[in-house]
Formats: sequence, structure tokens, C-alpha cells
Amino acid sequence: MSDNTLNARQTIDAAKRNFLKAGAKATAAIAVVTLAPGVTLYSVGAKAAVTGPATSERRWGMLIDATAPGDIWDIAVDACKAEQGWGGGNNPATDPQWIRKVSVKDPKTGAKATLPVMCQHCENPPCVDVCPTGASMKRADGIVLVDKHICIGCRYCMMACPYSCRSFVHEDVTGQKPHMPRGKGTVESCTLCVHRIDKGQLPACVEAVTNAGSDAMLFGDLNDPNSDISRAVSQYVTQRIRQDLGVEPSVHYRGI
Amino acid sequence: MRSATKFLSLAVLGFAMLMGGLASPTNAGEVPRPNPAKAFKGTQCVEPVDVMRREHMNFLTHQRDETLREGIRGQKYSLNECIDCHAVTSPDVMDGKVRTLKPFCAECHSYAAVSIDCFQCHTGAAAPGNGQTSPSLPTSALPNGHPAVAVPTTEGETAQ
Amino acid sequence: MALDTTVYKEIEGKGADYYALVGWLAVFAAAGLGASYYMEHHGHVVTGMTNAIVWGTPHVFAVFLIVAASGVLNVSSISSVFSKHHYKPMARLSALTALALLAGGLMVLVLDLGRPDRLIVAMTKYNFKSIFAWNIYLYTGFFVIVLIYLWMMMERRFAPHSKKAGLLAFVWRLALTTGTGSIFGFLVARPGYDAAIMAPMFIAMSFAFGLAIFILLITVTYRASNRPLGDLILFKMRNLLGVFIAAVLYFTAAMHLTNLYAAEHMGVERFILMDGGIYTFLFWVVQIGIGGIFPLALLFNPATGRTCQGISIASMMVIVGGIAQLYVIIVGGQAFPLQLFPGMEVSSSFFDGQMHGYAPSLPEVVLGLSGIATALLIVAVAVKYLPLLPTSLSDANIRISRSLDHIEDEPFN
Repeated sequence: MSDNTLNARQTIDAAKRNFLKAGAKATAAIAVVTLAPGVTLYSVGAKAAVTGPATSERRWGMLIDATAPGDIWDIAVDACKAEQGWGGGNNPATDPQWIRKVSVKDPKTGAKATLPVMCQHCENPPCVDVCPTGASMKRADGIVLVDKHICIGCRYCMMACPYSCRSFVHEDVTGQKPHMPRGKGTVESCTLCVHRIDKGQLPACVEAVTNAGSDAMLFGDLNDPNSDISRAVSQYVTQRIRQDLGVEPSVHYRGI
Repeated sequence: MRSATKFLSLAVLGFAMLMGGLASPTNAGEVPRPNPAKAFKGTQCVEPVDVMRREHMNFLTHQRDETLREGIRGQKYSLNECIDCHAVTSPDVMDGKVRTLKPFCAECHSYAAVSIDCFQCHTGAAAPGNGQTSPSLPTSALPNGHPAVAVPTTEGETAQ
Repeated sequence: MALDTTVYKEIEGKGADYYALVGWLAVFAAAGLGASYYMEHHGHVVTGMTNAIVWGTPHVFAVFLIVAASGVLNVSSISSVFSKHHYKPMARLSALTALALLAGGLMVLVLDLGRPDRLIVAMTKYNFKSIFAWNIYLYTGFFVIVLIYLWMMMERRFAPHSKKAGLLAFVWRLALTTGTGSIFGFLVARPGYDAAIMAPMFIAMSFAFGLAIFILLITVTYRASNRPLGDLILFKMRNLLGVFIAAVLYFTAAMHLTNLYAAEHMGVERFILMDGGIYTFLFWVVQIGIGGIFPLALLFNPATGRTCQGISIASMMVIVGGIAQLYVIIVGGQAFPLQLFPGMEVSSSFFDGQMHGYAPSLPEVVLGLSGIATALLIVAVAVKYLPLLPTSLSDANIRISRSLDHIEDEPFN
């Protein structure tokens, strides 16, 4: 990164910070580290580095191989539960399910497949369109999230989602993970482990499946032509669930 | 009735002054002043105390949108940084085993009777290794029936 | 100058019956508040609503009240906008009832929110792509406009301007009802919704439900306060109700017949019309039968259609059929599983591929009923303290007001 760009970026960031800071002291040495293409760390003095903002340069996506044996998806679901702190209730109708294993069977031929279904992080998300307060939102890099600070719990997004991937928190929640605040009366869904992605890690489900030695879940930047997922998606014709609706999910499937 | 109104307003004024006088520091026996817990670490907050007292709610409201909606993390008013310093243990929170914000925030907020709904969703607990990568997930053995496949590398797809 | 010689007078409102009515309505309204507190405190797990059926009984009642509110305003619109002066004496009550029903419906809707404490957020942060956000403006605007309209009708020096306010109110309530129908019509995800016909169908529903409620209100109030109610105006409303019921049946038929034609929608149509258990029963027996065909028969059979009792019973049936219709639309539309893989059998831990079960719970029903109670309470108190009801709706009075108002229309008076 050239010095000119560095100074320009630093000026913009500093201007942002100065809005909040009154009487900021001049910062000391600035070290620049590039974590991954487009994710840059600025270390200012001894403080924690500032990352972000998310930009539309990237479009995070997943490629899921539905021909993998079904029990690998249990690993994915359990990993999500452990990472995000849901699961463990005794009422399947009202307990949240951020990711679930779906079994598909062709009634005429008997052919079967299993695949995980979670928030599809659509490009034209119907849930974002219908939210009255704007709590259901799409981040610049394509991740669809619920801003639980302004969610009023009307559940209109749950009506609108074609994948029924959102859950309403029906009871008091305790023991939340510090990185994943969750509370009664708001709507939640798969965040694509945004807290891990922003640190350069993989989503928990993908990492667990990969650690188990399987390549059934692939995660990456769909906008980067050199990423594994982009190459896989160009190599094979992939399907997306309910593609006919035109919502453009970012979760691709193979072998449905 | 004008003299009655005058008398009434004087009485109210006098009563208010009496109450004000009673509430002076030397007479503060009724409601104990709040005593927020001292920070776990650090010598100084990111802002002076009087600035924080007046403005912390605005900093938090602005910062949460920048983090959640725009994905900017690690800024000056980062919530994780607040928790890192201000979360302390307390005997009435999980037997003093976990550092939480409760002994800090709750003190002033219950005194001022300003209810906040942050902790309906946020635990306010300090995460282990806060600010660093999450502990790596446990690896499980490959389930039965899985063909052993290699994880694709950036150099190229390995044979399946 | 308007020669409206109708005498409007508050009701006595001193009898034991009146106090008992107000008392019971207040009890039901308060019970709704209690139910809402219970739901908010324990979470929606105490209701029958689940992650699959996210909108239940409270929403059925809320949407019914909101739709009826815009329909009840019809009576004043007919007199102001369409200059049918027979209805003029009832215009004030019509406007007030519209306000009351909307208040009741919105109360239920807001109290059912997961975070009702965030109502201020809902009123300050808007996503204008959402029809819900538009509806918030439509509902609050309705309050303001109808209040102004009512005031203009009651304040004699503004009476000439009430026509303009009436026109604005009429257009606004069409927008409001379209917005309410579009809540469902805009959802692409569910095969039971996603239909442009939802908006006009809701408008037809509002006509029918609103007039049915108004007829009941008039007949009950005039009998209870011993004021004359003539056949002329009653039969006019009866004929109108018949037309509106037919309109609802028409739109329902158009929607289902069109859906039946497309193979794509066969699943949900079969569900509603044949396989849906409770929803099929509610559709055919209650919505079509009790809410449509039976009242039409009652209204236009000379033996029953010319009696106050027959008309009142028909109105009650329309209301029951209307609630069933909304139950089938709202709950039935969610009970039918989403088609993730059309043509395939799907199963999962999240009840994919199965008909979703729902049983109304007590807090939900109490909350829904409290909306009706609140609306009726507002009307009951208002007619006691405001001159809203004409002292007489006898045929003679109606004819006089009609002829005198006719003179007002003459260019040279």
C-alpha cells in the first residue's frame, strides 16, 4: 500500500474518530499489516487495531456439497450451537434453530439427499425489504443480519423469509456468548459468524466440517475470482434453493 | 385570591429550599450515593470521567451502529474494550467467578432509576481472551461412511 | 347554509344496563392489558405462536378490527363523498366508530410485539421499502384525518368543508386498506399470499365487515336508548350489506379459481380447500357458509330480511365469517409448509414439509377480545358525552333530511 493511500485512509479514519474524540492527542507510530486482501489492520500506538468497514468489494458465500453423508451436517449444527450459544431447549416448536439438517426425498424415485439450511444471505433479501424499522439489514459485504438494538419483534421478516431460517426468541435467554448477544422478544438468524469472519476466521460450521476432514462446506469471497469458492462455482453448475424467487442467495449447493 | 396565591407559592418555594437543604452531602443518610466498582485494569478511561458520565450513552449508541451495521471494530469506544477494563467480579454475581459489568453499570443506573435494556441481550461478561481469536473448535473424528477427502488447497483441487 | 335539521343528542347513559356494559367492556380491555403483560414478561412461549406460525390469534383480531375500521367509515363517506343524504345523520357515529375500531386493532397489534417497549423506535426509525412502515403513517394519518372530519361534521360553521375532509378520509382509507392487504400480498415466500388481488379483496372485506358492525351498533344502541329506528334506513343498509357480501365472495372466488388454474399453487389450494383440517372447515362452513351464503339468504328472503332481528343476525354472521376468513388467510397461510424443494418430500427438525400445528392460547384470545372491548368501550363512552347519535332515525326524519339536503344542492337557492 503506497504512502499516499495510507495517509489518505488514515485521514479519513482519524476524521471519523475525531468526531467522537474531544481533544485527541496525536497518535504515535502507525504500523500497517495486511491480513487478507481488503482487510487491513492499522495499529495505532499500543491500542487494539481497527478493522473494517465492510465494503461491497467482497461478497461472502458458501458452497455446500449435498452429496456428503448426512451425519456431517450434525457436526455443523452442533458447532453452530456451541459457537453462538443457542440450542438445548426442550420445545422444538419455539426453540431457535439457526441451521438445520433437511432431508429431501423424491417421492417418485426414492432418491434422497440431506443438506444444511441456514440463512441464505440473499442479495435481494425479502426479510430486509419488509422490516419496518430497518433492523433486518444487509451489510455491505452481503451478510444479512438482525440489528437487535432496534428490532421490535414484529416477526414480519419471519413471514417473508422463503427459507424459514429466522427464529423468534420466545423465552428469556441466559448464558449468552459474549460475542453473540441474544434476547427475548427479538428475531435472530445465522450471522455467517460475522464476528469470526471479521477476524479472518471461518464460520464455525465450516471450520468444524473442515476439521473433521470433509470438504462438504466451502466458504469464501464470491467476488474474488481467485478464491476457492469462486473457482468451484465456475467449475460446477451449482443450485440455490428457490432460485426462481430471484432473491439471489449467496449459499450455493451441489448435488441436490 | 391573589394574596393566597402569593402565600402558596412562597410556601412551595420554602418547602423546596428545605428539601434542598436536607439533601446536602452532610445529611445524605436517606439514599446512599452510588459506588460504581473500580475498573479491573487501566488507570484512565478513554474519556475524562465527567465527559463519560454525560456522554457515554451517546458514544455507545453511535458505536453500536458502526460495529454492527458497518462492520468497524476496535475503535475508541469499542464495547469489548469497555468490558475488558470495567468488568469486575462481585460476590453476588456467579459467586465472584466471572467478571461482569454488573457491579459497575448497575450502581449508578439503579440510583438514578434509569433502566437500560442492554443486559437483556448482552451478558456484560468478560470473555476469556477478549479481543483475540475465538478458541479453536474441537475437531471430531470423521463419521462412519465418509470417504476420506483432502481439504482443497489454494494451489489447486486435490483428487476427490 | 346546510339545512341539516337532524337533532343529535347524547344518550342518557345512566341506567344499570349501561353501567354494566361499560363495566364489562372495561374488564375485558383490562384483561387484555394483563394478558399482554403476561406474554411480554414470560416471552411468547406462553402463547400458541411458534417459529412456524408467527402470527396467530391476536393478529387475526387486529387485522379484522383495522379492516373493519376503514369499512365503518363508509357510511359517512357515502353521505359526504357520494352525496347520498339518507346516511348523513349517521355520519358522526360512523367516523367515531372508525376511530374506535382502529384504536382497538392497533392496541392488539402493538401489545403483541416481542418488544412493545420499543414502540418509540417503531415510530422514529423507518424502512420505507416496508409496507409496515407505510402502514404506520397510514394508521396515524387516518386518526388525524378522521378526527378532523368528525370535528368538521360536528362544528356547524365548518359543515360545508366536511365534504372535502370526507373525500380525503375516503381516499386515505382506501390507501390504508390497500396497505393492510399488501402486508400479505407483498410476500413472495408463501404460496398462500403473494397475490395482487389481496389488496382489492381486503377493500371488499372492509366494506362488508364495517357495515355489519355498524348495523349491529345502530340496532343495539337505538333499541337500548329507546330511540326510533325506521325501516327506510335499515333496509338501505341491508341492501348495501348484501352487495358487499357478494363482493367479498366474488374476490374470494376469483383468487381461488385463479390459483387453482396454476399447477404451481395446487398444493396450497388443495390444503385450504380440501386437506387442511380445521382450515378447510373454517373456509367452507364458516367463511363461505356462515359468512357469505347464509347471510345473503337471510337478508334477501322477505320473511327474514324485513325484520330488524333477521338483519342483525345476518350482520353477526358476517362478522363471524370475517374472523374465520382472516384466520384462514393469516394462520392457514402459515400452516401450509414452505416449499423449499417443490415436488419433493422434505423433513427436518424445524418441521419442514409438514403442516404446522397451531392452537390458540388463552392469553392470545384474551388479547384479541380486548381489542374489540376497547373499541366498543370508546364508542360507549363517546355516545354518552358527545352528540353523535340522532334522536331519531325514523323514516320521517330520514325523508326530511333527505329533501332538505336536496335543496342545499340546488345551484340557486
